[in-house]
Amino acid sequence: MYPKQEVVAMLLAGGQGSRLGVLTQKLAKPAVPFGGKYRIIDFPLSNCVNSGIEAVGVLTQYQPLVLNEYIGSGQPWDLDSMNSGVRILSPYQQIKGTDWYKGTANAIYQNINYIDRYSPDYVVILSGDHIYKMDYSKMIAFHKENKADCTIAVIDVPLEEASRFGILNTNPDGSIYEFEEKPKHPKSTNASMGIYVFSWDKLRKYLIEDEEAEDTEHDFGKDVLPKMLNDGQRMFAYQFQGYWKDVGTIDSLWEANMDLLDPNIPLDLNDDTWKIYSRNPVVPPQYIAEGASVQNSMIADGCDIAGSIEFSVLFSNVVVKPGAVVQDSIIMPGCVIEEGAVVQYAIVSENTVIGKNAVVGARPEDIEDKDKWGIAVIGDNHKIGAGAKIAPKEMVAKDIEGVE
Amino acid sequence: MRGNNVMGIIFSNLHENLISQLTELRTMGAVPFGGRYRLIDFPLSNMVNSGINKVGVIAKNNYQSLIDHLGAGKAWDLSRQRNGLFILPPFMDPSDYSNRVKTFNAIMPFLKNSTEEYVMISDCDVICNIDYQDVFEKHLENNADITLIYKRDVLPAKLQEPTVLSFDAKGRVNDVLVAPSITGSCSFYMNMMLIKRELLMELVKKCIGKNTMSFKRDIIQAEYKELNVYGYEFKGFAPVITTMAEYFTANMSLKSKEVRDDLFNGARPIYTKIRDDMPTKFGLGSKVSNSLIGSGCTIEGEVDNCVLFKGVHIGKGTKVSNCVIMQDTRVGDNCNMCYVVVDKDVIIRDGKTLAGQPSYPVYIGKLSVV
Repeated sequence: MYPKQEVVAMLLAGGQGSRLGVLTQKLAKPAVPFGGKYRIIDFPLSNCVNSGIEAVGVLTQYQPLVLNEYIGSGQPWDLDSMNSGVRILSPYQQIKGTDWYKGTANAIYQNINYIDRYSPDYVVILSGDHIYKMDYSKMIAFHKENKADCTIAVIDVPLEEASRFGILNTNPDGSIYEFEEKPKHPKSTNASMGIYVFSWDKLRKYLIEDEEAEDTEHDFGKDVLPKMLNDGQRMFAYQFQGYWKDVGTIDSLWEANMDLLDPNIPLDLNDDTWKIYSRNPVVPPQYIAEGASVQNSMIADGCDIAGSIEFSVLFSNVVVKPGAVVQDSIIMPGCVIEEGAVVQYAIVSENTVIGKNAVVGARPEDIEDKDKWGIAVIGDNHKIGAGAKIAPKEMVAKDIEGVE
Repeated sequence: MRGNNVMGIIFSNLHENLISQLTELRTMGAVPFGGRYRLIDFPLSNMVNSGINKVGVIAKNNYQSLIDHLGAGKAWDLSRQRNGLFILPPFMDPSDYSNRVKTFNAIMPFLKNSTEEYVMISDCDVICNIDYQDVFEKHLENNADITLIYKRDVLPAKLQEPTVLSFDAKGRVNDVLVAPSITGSCSFYMNMMLIKRELLMELVKKCIGKNTMSFKRDIIQAEYKELNVYGYEFKGFAPVITTMAEYFTANMSLKSKEVRDDLFNGARPIYTKIRDDMPTKFGLGSKVSNSLIGSGCTIEGEVDNCVLFKGVHIGKGTKVSNCVIMQDTRVGDNCNMCYVVVDKDVIIRDGKTLAGQPSYPVYIGKLSVV
């Protein structure tokens, strides 16, 4: 018998994140490294524990090895309790057949048993590709106050960007009367953050109905939420104030990392009252050598820096040799930047070696054809030979030979 | 593979009087070192890395920060169903721990209830990364009763009862001098030994019976002729901390890559308590050179030849050189500091100047406000 949990969180972590290209070739998007020591999933997981949620189901499907290993027992997030904590929920064989998760709603449907054993009043649905700090307990309180069946978190976006998001149109009391997916002419600027609170009895009923329905993609946004709205269920928009960023593309992932270097952006990871927990590597402190120069950057433990670093985020155990230059870039754990190499506006994935005098990416002001400019991305465990050139916007998934 | 028939005992409390400023509010084992560690992390990690699954930690007094640091032993993989970490404070009376012999006598039930055949014993005054598995193998090869780990060097000035060893051609100890007057290099005992558990218990009981209480004189010196006592020379980086100046120098020596590669050997990592700090932030206009820096720092000013621990803040226009600055200390704007050892949680207000000497660094106590 499991003790009752008022709230169970379900974290959708099965997406491939194909827009991140080589970065998600071998791991699921939520496991992508972020911010010098974290992985994206640290943010929703830490938000859960900091909000007092003790039972978290993580739904995995695409390339789960790294993610499963990273979450492990859940101990770094205090999610290794006896009867609750984090559970990895992957698709499984059933009497009536075998299925992958067919959509976000179907993924939750297939795990009704997991949720039922805690007999929760509320279920929070989260996704594993957003960087933000949020107290879900406030949103749940709002949901209770409104006696809502479903509450959707929204964030105010600039009107000109609103057509990129799912927009919720609300009555003055905050109740939702219309969804618009990427509208050409948005009526409001309330963008859905993909965070939902449901009363479990209602959600359970709709999931079963959706499963039996024909002509459905088993998706929350496309099927379940519109159906609930049509049926006149009480649905509310919850205004979130603060930093929130979808990091589903190379550009947004790069920007979110750079946001950490901007003191004017309200994403403080040093806040003792709302820590972001992660698995910490066992490495010594970083060493900054004589002659090195580090400007407006974030550098993790175990790095050995002798070159010049500007506006960059370096993960643990990165070695930057003398004369190497790293600017406006994200360098993931274990990379080596050899003497004289220049890395600009790039994301370099784990354990890759950038050879002597190699050039990766370029500054936008140095490129004439602006359409050809973008963030250069190099996959993990590759070797970029001495003197090789990687053009901006290029995505490298193999070793590159050196140039004499 | 873990588990090798050896258990560990660490004395977290000895030698405290030598660096009394640093140990006023903590035991020797809890003295911070090297940007993120405590002295006990070294013997503890050495034991775990060599396959030891059971470690008893002797704690006599002022051990709150030690217990806070060790917790259940999770960070050293010692939070285990079978064996793991045992913190051993005095049962009732701290005088039970007034010397090493009495301490062993006081923890006799712990020794007796253990099943491991051997005990690895270490203090917290030597900082090194040593492969105890190799010590264990040599011990078995030599069919030794006791293996004493030693180092060849000039005796540290303030080392208490330095124990100098001589050996025959086979490496067996053939002379033991306690507190001799020797100048120049010699082989001195590093307060680390491997011994059979049953033998340790027997020798301690014998001393208690005769009321002879010096471990070095009444056990090592008195018994080396009767027993098979061998030495094991450790040749790596191993500073002994007996003065504030040595503590300062040991921290500073981490700026050398050879020292870091030796001490933080990737195959035998040094574990420590985890705090979930964010990576260190370097501001625009900051200047850092030849320094070891922990995580979670914010650096706006100039840092040269320093060791900064976790969560240190260096303000704008401030210049710190040749300093050791511990956890969460905040140095304000426009300060100037050189040769200063600053303890934890200190606040240095804007515009302050503090200066010590290489041989005599100024020390600022925990929680002070300057």
